[in-house]
Amino acid sequence: MNVKLKALTKSIWVFHAACSPCNNCDIEILDLLTPRFDIERLGMVLVGSVRHADALLVTGVPNYKTKERLKILYEQAPKPCVVIAIGNCSCGRVMFRDSYNSPCTVDEVIPVDVYIPGCPPKPEAMIAGVAKLINKLKGK
Amino acid sequence: MSHKVIVPIGPYHPLQEEPEFFRLHVDGEKVTDIDIIIGYMHRGIEELSEHKHFHQVPYLVERICGICSSSHPYAYVLAIEDILGGEANVVPERALYIRTIVDELQRLHSHLLWLGLAGHFIGYNTVWMWAWRYREPLLDLFEMITGNRNHYGISKIGGVIHDIKDEDIPAIKKAMDDLVPAANMFKGAVMDDPVIHARLKGVGILTKQQAIDWCTVGPTARASGVDIDVRRDDPYGVFDKVKWNVIVEKEGDVFAKAVVRILELYESVGIIRQCLDKMPKGPIDADIKDIPPGEGIGHVEAPRGECFHYVRSDGTNRPVRHKIRAPSYVNIASNKVAAVGQTISDTTITLAAVDPCYCCTERVAVLDKKTDKQVLNGWDLIKLSQEKTEKIKKRMGINV
Repeated sequence: MNVKLKALTKSIWVFHAACSPCNNCDIEILDLLTPRFDIERLGMVLVGSVRHADALLVTGVPNYKTKERLKILYEQAPKPCVVIAIGNCSCGRVMFRDSYNSPCTVDEVIPVDVYIPGCPPKPEAMIAGVAKLINKLKGK
Repeated sequence: MSHKVIVPIGPYHPLQEEPEFFRLHVDGEKVTDIDIIIGYMHRGIEELSEHKHFHQVPYLVERICGICSSSHPYAYVLAIEDILGGEANVVPERALYIRTIVDELQRLHSHLLWLGLAGHFIGYNTVWMWAWRYREPLLDLFEMITGNRNHYGISKIGGVIHDIKDEDIPAIKKAMDDLVPAANMFKGAVMDDPVIHARLKGVGILTKQQAIDWCTVGPTARASGVDIDVRRDDPYGVFDKVKWNVIVEKEGDVFAKAVVRILELYESVGIIRQCLDKMPKGPIDADIKDIPPGEGIGHVEAPRGECFHYVRSDGTNRPVRHKIRAPSYVNIASNKVAAVGQTISDTTITLAAVDPCYCCTERVAVLDKKTDKQVLNGWDLIKLSQEKTEKIKKRMGINV
């Protein structure tokens, strides 16, 4: 197993990239940091700059404006970088697929490792998704 | 000698959910002008809604904003019921009460959310953690009533989808009882803390005339002494049948905006309690199928201000035109006057004070006008803001 990838499973630092979501997934991500769920006890920290991030949390459907910026964000992130698509919008475009301003899904812009569906997914679902990701990286 | 610089903030910022871009023109430390660039959140919802069935649109408009996810569908169904002859004539009474209760629960959770984020922006992370801790029981209530923590899916043309069961009412009442001490704590923390006074008073002042000129709505306008509230001025639901007050403050600074929101927590708790006591038995849905031709408007007081929907129907099963105006749209623009003259570190809280669905709000970046080089990003701004609180604490001799 890649040494860098192994180190990454110890403590994942996440950066939150919102691509025109409705805020709910984002609010639930912030909710993860607050006392009831407190993911910092699992070593996960929300960081302010993508250059410190091990994982990108992507929410929402990319539109023409955010599509380019999402690509730039991914290119700026140090590799290896895992991408977690949170919410129905970023997993598939659901009802926004007919919109004139929704050209593609997230996985057409950047490679996605984990999909967490839900509108919005419950914080427990997000924790479970990340736990599965860590197991996958460890090869379990 | 002046040192003119542009500070870009946005579009990606760790604490604001929505990408939005602010360009601060600064002269030394002072902000001289601000450009607001939006459009990162555009999903074409108005156009999409013209391709959906009348009864599918509430599901769509609910996803305009995740925080006021009861207000947008509510305003939409009000517009449709306006075509049908008015909410009060169409909707069963029990449904009106349920709508009002969910609307007020949403206001409680939204104001607590803002309080937490505002605390974080000025460097009081404890306030953030506490406020969001007290918000969790409210989300549990939503899950109990509607089946989802957010995106309640409660509004439906002619009624509501989920009933409030009798056995759930004690749990709601208990949650309200538990919330009042929490609100007391926040009120005490904000009103008595000298650092918060020093940090928020006189910052980001929007005078009454400016608030009117820039068409601000909701708590932003009420904090500047403009006495408007859709719930009182054009009652919907059962707001005319319960007793409550419109909270108005005169100062117009960030402190007044915080006070308005904290005091509104008590009003909302009062409204919910009265609704639970008065709620009659009966049907919750009028079972409306066809929408006649015509046009209707619906507006509700969302936690951020007036949320307005206009719908035109031509007798088919789809709206011909659906126009939406969300409160943040006007409130964000008022930053153009409120943020000018502030220091950069105060701009963070000033921009956040109107409670713009702000995560969707882009980052601000500071650019050097001569070299076009980025000097600060949004994260640096929050740091600056937090450091200022530290400095004030030190000056006052407070070590917490």
